[in-house]
Amino acid sequence: MTSLSFELTIGILKIFSFVVPVLVSVALLVYLERKVLGAVQLRKGPNVVGPFGILQSFADVLKLLTKENLLPSSSNKFLFIFAPMLTLILSLIAWAVIPISSTYVIANINIGILYLFAVSSFGVYGVIIAGWASNSKYPFLGALRSAAQMISYEVSIGFVIITVLICVGSLNLIDIVESQKNMWFAIPLLPMFVIFIISALAETNRLPFDLPEDEATLVAGFFTEYSSISFGLFFLAEYANMILMSSLTVILFLGGWYPPIDIFPLNAIPGIFWFVIKVFLILFVFLWVRATFPRYRYDQLMRLGWKIFLPFTLIWVVITSAFLFYFGLLPN
Amino acid sequence: MTTLIKYIKSFTLFELMKGLKLTITYFFKPKVTLNYPNQKGPISPRFRGEHALRRYPNGEERCIACKLCEAVCPAQAITIEAEAKPDGSRRTTRYDIDMTKCIYCGLCEEACPVDAIVEGPNFEYATETREELLYDKEKLLRNGDIWEKQISENLKRDSKYR
Repeated sequence: MTSLSFELTIGILKIFSFVVPVLVSVALLVYLERKVLGAVQLRKGPNVVGPFGILQSFADVLKLLTKENLLPSSSNKFLFIFAPMLTLILSLIAWAVIPISSTYVIANINIGILYLFAVSSFGVYGVIIAGWASNSKYPFLGALRSAAQMISYEVSIGFVIITVLICVGSLNLIDIVESQKNMWFAIPLLPMFVIFIISALAETNRLPFDLPEDEATLVAGFFTEYSSISFGLFFLAEYANMILMSSLTVILFLGGWYPPIDIFPLNAIPGIFWFVIKVFLILFVFLWVRATFPRYRYDQLMRLGWKIFLPFTLIWVVITSAFLFYFGLLPN
Repeated sequence: MTTLIKYIKSFTLFELMKGLKLTITYFFKPKVTLNYPNQKGPISPRFRGEHALRRYPNGEERCIACKLCEAVCPAQAITIEAEAKPDGSRRTTRYDIDMTKCIYCGLCEEACPVDAIVEGPNFEYATETREELLYDKEKLLRNGDIWEKQISENLKRDSKYR
């Protein structure tokens, strides 16, 4: 009994040691996004709240918390409130299997990547429920777009992951990282790496694929009717998803916690540091892309997903497996 | 051949990379933002801001109640009443400017023969009520006292172009 409660306490502490840094990184990421966008547009970005404006996101959260949570009279009240919770929970629950270093992970399960894929597929439910429960046309259209888009791009993400899995021979995330000790998969699988990043943008509804929240045509997309902290939860979930997808990119392609070159001053630095650096590098690419490209049209988005990425990744799966088979490099 | 080049370009994301290169150069460029309340943009000596009534160095009002500004004002924002003082000089008893009517054309300033009414360099006089923008003579003279140094300097700097 005591050992059970002890393990429970340890487990809860471990969960907090993941969730709190993730939420702080979300705040940091929102700040970083505004700074990067500002810099690209020759502005300074937030610089008033706290040193260099770093506390801006916390001020924004406080503002959201003090506002009234409006419930549209024709909405489905329960689902309307439930949707943002579900979205945030799903984006946080995925962190259970993300290995920050070779030993530091909440649940080291042997089907880690499958679990991640399942949870990220669930993410669309939050959006769909929010769009439907609002009982309003723009959220509904946004939810439909989001559902179609996430499903389309999950297909190509699936094939990209399969390519990586063929090279690794394991579904365990720690095994995937450890097989990249000598060479990151980003180098031999460069096209897959690029496709994965682009699909991750679509999967997290980021620009240039943010059609579900396309303000030019859909006001604010699926969270048009949301206000106060229930809007804040969607916001948190979106950015937590971004961090999740970029850490997945790091695990699959950029060698997780391994330093770029395995020589003395670099491999003395703890792995967690490299992991965080790489995650923020990918996040910077996300923001950089957002600052650069205009939004896709919806049919172009679907064309890219089904007519280019799907055949391309499919062919690449065949090429990779043929190559590995021919040279006898298939993992056992 | 051109189609081949087109395909190579599209598969290597050539145009997208060009765009990304452009934005990253902008990312490192110096920023143009002014930290407004702490940092302000430069203002021309001809800047037409908040009005002020000036005095002579000995403290006497410049305004001689000729009412040229009242006559020239296209928005009819100026109201002047005048009477003779015991020493025989004409002085205003009332000099009101309705700042909500004023269009900041600067004609009052140009009409004034004694440089009494001027539009100073101040542009930060937003108020919380409408009534505060109905300036009377006292308020205008006080503005003159506050901004006199900058106003006279601006008039001097601009005089060679008038």
